[in-house]
Amino acid sequence: MNIDTIITSEQLIRAVNETLRMVGFSLLFGALLGIPIGILLVVTRPGGLLENRLVYRVLNPVINVVRSLPFIILLVAILPFTRWLVNTSIGTTAAIVPLVLYVAPYIGRLVENSLLEVNPGILEAAQAMGAKPWQVIWHFMLPEAFSSLILTMTTATIGLIGATAMAGTVGGGGLGDLAISYGYQRFDTFTVVITVVLLVIFVQGIQSAGNALARRARRER
Amino acid sequence: MIEIRDARKTFTRGGLSHEALKGVSLRVEKGDIFGIIGTSGAGKSTLIRLVNALEKPTSGQVLIDGQPLDGYSERELRAVKKKIGMVFQHFNLLESKTVFDNVAIPLVLDGRSKKEIRERVTELLAYVGLSDKAKSYPKELSGGQKQRVGIARALANHPSILLCDEATSALDPQTTQSILALLKRINEEFDITILIVTHEMAVIQQICNKVAVMQNGEIIEQGYVLNVFGKPEHPTTENFVRTVIRNTIPGSVLQDLNRDRPGRVFKLEFVGDSASQPIISRLVRSFDVEINILFANMTEVQQTTLGNMILQIVGADREIEGAIAFLKEQVDRIEEVEAI
Repeated sequence: MNIDTIITSEQLIRAVNETLRMVGFSLLFGALLGIPIGILLVVTRPGGLLENRLVYRVLNPVINVVRSLPFIILLVAILPFTRWLVNTSIGTTAAIVPLVLYVAPYIGRLVENSLLEVNPGILEAAQAMGAKPWQVIWHFMLPEAFSSLILTMTTATIGLIGATAMAGTVGGGGLGDLAISYGYQRFDTFTVVITVVLLVIFVQGIQSAGNALARRARRER
Repeated sequence: MIEIRDARKTFTRGGLSHEALKGVSLRVEKGDIFGIIGTSGAGKSTLIRLVNALEKPTSGQVLIDGQPLDGYSERELRAVKKKIGMVFQHFNLLESKTVFDNVAIPLVLDGRSKKEIRERVTELLAYVGLSDKAKSYPKELSGGQKQRVGIARALANHPSILLCDEATSALDPQTTQSILALLKRINEEFDITILIVTHEMAVIQQICNKVAVMQNGEIIEQGYVLNVFGKPEHPTTENFVRTVIRNTIPGSVLQDLNRDRPGRVFKLEFVGDSASQPIISRLVRSFDVEINILFANMTEVQQTTLGNMILQIVGADREIEGAIAFLKEQVDRIEEVEAI
């Protein structure tokens, strides 16, 4: 079959790889930052396990500020920071820094919501047993919120896929970049179609996997 | 054992303050099954939460084994809590963990060895009759089974006190019976003091030896269950007692009675021995009166019989007076019921 396009299959595979790399690493570091942020928001809030006005009052607006920035703005705004951190301001690695900064507060909020859904009675039972604060988090909050946390990470992953489309701005590459620079700017319809199809498959696959895992965690096999 | 001295608790939310406890004093001795009864909002849940420091009193003191809780550091307080088990109305089990793991949690928190945990949990599950459910998840259990898991979990650390916050309120009457029987057994076999909060007088009647009645953040009456059931003093207490021991007849019946055959109607109460005496037959033999028994009821509280009777006495005034004097000597309480 002859397809009329200017991109090669190597380019396509490289773009897929770049997208997966950006999403994977950003998710990893974003979760490492975001999950503790979410926990911190829950335990320091008024009436929380380790109520702390200062921490909550600082953390809460900071997250709102970072989250209110569109990714494309955040990307360019922190270029000096990115250069300082990874010694470069272009390429996939340079794109991961703003992606992490973008997704970590997002994950933080989602984790916060998941943890707030935990039945307060269970936390009261934990307190009644004389559990230390870290034990309440580790043995009660996190296990009870586990299936909800899986869905949280699924949502964050899908959000990241969307954000990687803009990584081309700093030469990050990926499927989004391919669609813009070949599909849109060079009128290559096939590139647009193939990237859209691939992105839809990714998103669907991740959502289905997330749902299945969450169901499993809720013991509904 | 447990002593609460003039405890007050004020909750403040959004500038509005609510006084949940208005100077409550209470003493629970070792081995008691102490019931706290009241309608919702009476402050009884707040009161029970003072005992394991889930709530701290705004003023006043809570003492466990003579030691004031406010004298402890956070760390010491956690150690005290481990010796106080708590059972909840809605069980508060971890949905994400098996029955085994739920019961094991207090031991895991305490850093016990795997072997020790396995032995203790197996023992506890056998005790509450759920050995076959060790690998089940809470959502696969019935309400009664969930509460048994809750009780097993509360017993894991060999507590000396068990707090039950409306432990049977979410259960059907039959399941309530079996849970109460289990609590009684725990009290007797392990010598664990039980403090139980409820709005069901039947719970108090069946297992408690002492009771405190709460209303609007205050204890309005307290004492031995037998005394409170036999001679309730406060109207609220009376209402609670009447939920399990009925002693009224409908007003319309009274009206009809007095129209058909004028006489006087009396409520009698017997406690213990007097309940088993042939008082009525003696009464009829000694006085020239007719007795019409309208209502009679016997209830067992703390292995003692409480009797209730409503009867109509028909006869000459002088004979009726004589009969009343006789009854006053024989029964524990006599009260005339006014015709409406």
